[in-house]
Amino acid sequence: MAYAAAAHDDTDHKPGFFTRWFLSTNHKDIGTLYIIFAILAGIVGGALSGLIRWELAAPGVQIFAEGSSVSLMGLVEQSSHGYNAVVTAHALIMIFFMVMPAMIGGFGNWFVPIMIGAPDMAFPRMNNISFWLLVAAAVLLVMSMFTDGGPGIGFGGGWTIYPPLSTSGHTGPAMDLAIFALHLAGASSILGAINFITTIFNMRAPGMTIHRMPLFVWSVLITAFLLLLALPVLAGAITMLLTDRNFGTHFFDPAGGGDPVMFQHLFWFFGHPEVYILILPGFGMISQIVSTFSRKPVFGYLAMAYAMVAIGFVGFLVWAHHMYTVGMGINLRAYFVAATMVIAVPTGVKIFSWIATMWGGSIDFKTPMLWSIGFIFLFTVGGVTGVVLANAGIDYSLHDTYYVVAHFHYVLSLGAVFAIFAGFYYWFEKMWGVKYNEFLGAAHFWIMFVGVNIVFFPQHFLGLQGMPRRYVDYPEGFAYWNYVSSVGYVITVVGVVVFLAVLVEAAIRRRKAEANPWGEGATTLEWTLPSPPPFHQFNEPPVIGPDHH
Amino acid sequence: MKAKAKGMRRLATALAAGLTTAAMAVPALAQNVGKPTDGGIALQPSAAPLKADAIWFHDIVLLPIITMITLFVLGLLIWVMVRYNKRSNPVPAKFSHNTAIEVIWTLVPVLILMVIAIFSFKLLFAYHDMPKPALTVKAIGYQWYWGYEYPDQEIAEITSTMLSEEEVAAKGLGSDLYRLAASEPLVVPVNKVVRVQVTAVDVIHNFAMPAFGLKTDAVPGRLNETWFKADRIGTFYGQCSELCGVKHAFMPIEIKVVSQGDFDAWVASKKAPPAPAATAAAPDASAPAVTPTAAPAAPVGAAQAAKL
Repeated sequence: MAYAAAAHDDTDHKPGFFTRWFLSTNHKDIGTLYIIFAILAGIVGGALSGLIRWELAAPGVQIFAEGSSVSLMGLVEQSSHGYNAVVTAHALIMIFFMVMPAMIGGFGNWFVPIMIGAPDMAFPRMNNISFWLLVAAAVLLVMSMFTDGGPGIGFGGGWTIYPPLSTSGHTGPAMDLAIFALHLAGASSILGAINFITTIFNMRAPGMTIHRMPLFVWSVLITAFLLLLALPVLAGAITMLLTDRNFGTHFFDPAGGGDPVMFQHLFWFFGHPEVYILILPGFGMISQIVSTFSRKPVFGYLAMAYAMVAIGFVGFLVWAHHMYTVGMGINLRAYFVAATMVIAVPTGVKIFSWIATMWGGSIDFKTPMLWSIGFIFLFTVGGVTGVVLANAGIDYSLHDTYYVVAHFHYVLSLGAVFAIFAGFYYWFEKMWGVKYNEFLGAAHFWIMFVGVNIVFFPQHFLGLQGMPRRYVDYPEGFAYWNYVSSVGYVITVVGVVVFLAVLVEAAIRRRKAEANPWGEGATTLEWTLPSPPPFHQFNEPPVIGPDHH
Repeated sequence: MKAKAKGMRRLATALAAGLTTAAMAVPALAQNVGKPTDGGIALQPSAAPLKADAIWFHDIVLLPIITMITLFVLGLLIWVMVRYNKRSNPVPAKFSHNTAIEVIWTLVPVLILMVIAIFSFKLLFAYHDMPKPALTVKAIGYQWYWGYEYPDQEIAEITSTMLSEEEVAAKGLGSDLYRLAASEPLVVPVNKVVRVQVTAVDVIHNFAMPAFGLKTDAVPGRLNETWFKADRIGTFYGQCSELCGVKHAFMPIEIKVVSQGDFDAWVASKKAPPAPAATAAAPDASAPAVTPTAAPAAPVGAAQAAKL
């Protein structure tokens, strides 16, 4: 789609197919590769969640049982371990191979250099390495899914890979492959983060001061710092896991003086910033889109930028709210309750500032705006349940239940993914050089909106009733809402089919893209370039005036 | 849901009261069996004071606040969509700052959070402040069953596994207790502070009991401590709440709360050498027949006697 459209638009020199796509040093081509990769990973991860919802549609073990139709096709292990492996793979694929590549690798690569008026990323070849390391990581993870894990095929210890379940509980090589997959994905992200930080600090066009950067650039900059600081901690933790498994160390083995809980501290020191890594670029995109379609500048630009800085900073200080039940001291728990609730303040600033941006505007309900408004509402729902979970006293009832599952899917599946779709439609013409069909785009939004809410809203009820997460089977008392949730999945799948129809329709019709389809509200630099932009843009750096915001 | 949401829109107090009623309506159906209710939308009813506090905190403080915030944001979104779309407002305003409103929407959330924090810390410290325990039990997580010890009563470790579908039916229990009912319950006296020491042998498990608001990780190499005071006689069901491998979903926790007399008799039966079935069954015969699960308890006693 991208190259087909690009071919007739510009005259500058482009390398041949193999060189262009396999040895790419062009930020836009690498961004395209990331987006294609994320779409493929999203389809795989979504299919895995289909297996989960299919299994949970009714009490009893149906598809992860001997002789089930799915297991006879060889798709899943014929035991409850298969379910655990699918849940684990769903999480890892969605986090590391769908949301992160789409937001940072895809939109970040495509638009950060353009938005700051730079010709490319600071380290174009390192950019290429970042992408292909991610492909290698994905290959390792898929291999892990089909390798002996110990209790069965694949690793079934959850994306949190807590020892001892990930050490003595999974003796097969599947866990080692998963560790290597995380190592490579982490290296990929760290290199990408270095690249973004260097680019944003050094390659801004004349006049593009830090406080004139579009908020999407701010969000990627903060995300890059989070990646740079958080991922090495994960790398260290999983390396210790690896040596515990294979070289006789006892970092997390109490029999040798280690402590399994130490892993949890290390994991969540990475893991909590990680969830902000997943959502912050979405914040940036939503700010651009809301401003564009309200035809009004972003309300409270500085507060918006520094709210993200605050979220990123406090995000490093709250990790143990994932661990209220491990047996921490009371003062520690009290601290983490307080620190966690603080995050609601900058998040509230963002929500209200988006609404204030719309206030007084002249809103055009184009598809990206639909996704953005949907995002603001659903992220609010996910945010307030986060405030509930922050309270350790309530967490003793809700920890590790479906309430938590509902909470993080509202902020990620309905938050981050809605932001990704908003960005995808917003920049569709710019990236692919063709227009999408507004009716299909809106249909995609409405079907997904209904579907995902039916999937996840009832999960709050399941969690309040006490249903633990990561359960292959459940008592009859949880049957009704699980069934409803699975019905919602089917509706969501219809939405995804409509999304694929959007892509096919746009590719067949090839309506010529405009440089700026959104009119006067679209003020960032990418709209000053043709769609798609030339292979190399800004050979002469643009000069940014003081009234950019 | 829609009708319910409309009803909520009246007053904050009405909303809080309505939800509490909804939450309280559930326990009336099954007073002395703690289990999930199909189609239920609220926290499981409490059988211990801490859980009652937690339910109050959730239903009276948190739920109204988060519902109002969500409806407020929804209302603002609907308002800007109606009032400031391109048809009703063709010429956009150009403002992008308003210091007063920014200060308000920073400070008001801070105040709301401080209100929440007051109740939150009160509950958290209530969980922490264990009164002097009358009984200490030890729960040990295994792949995939629980072991219960009564160190002071000198009862050897009791193994508690999940009952199969057939065993549940054979005991006369409803099919909704399958995956919840265990071969051996943790038996405790009513209205007594019970200290639970939680640990695990192989991987991390989690000792959880929704009716008591209890959730404590069972970590190998660590001895975690929690406590509860059950305020009613009955049988309460929980499930392992930390992913522990293949049969994670199949290692339920069953706590049977009995009178002190019944508890003493149960302890005696557990300590007694292999005895005629009559001795073992005696405590069950004297048990107050208030719960539906009390009747089929006799075979359990017999099974225990046989095992000892």
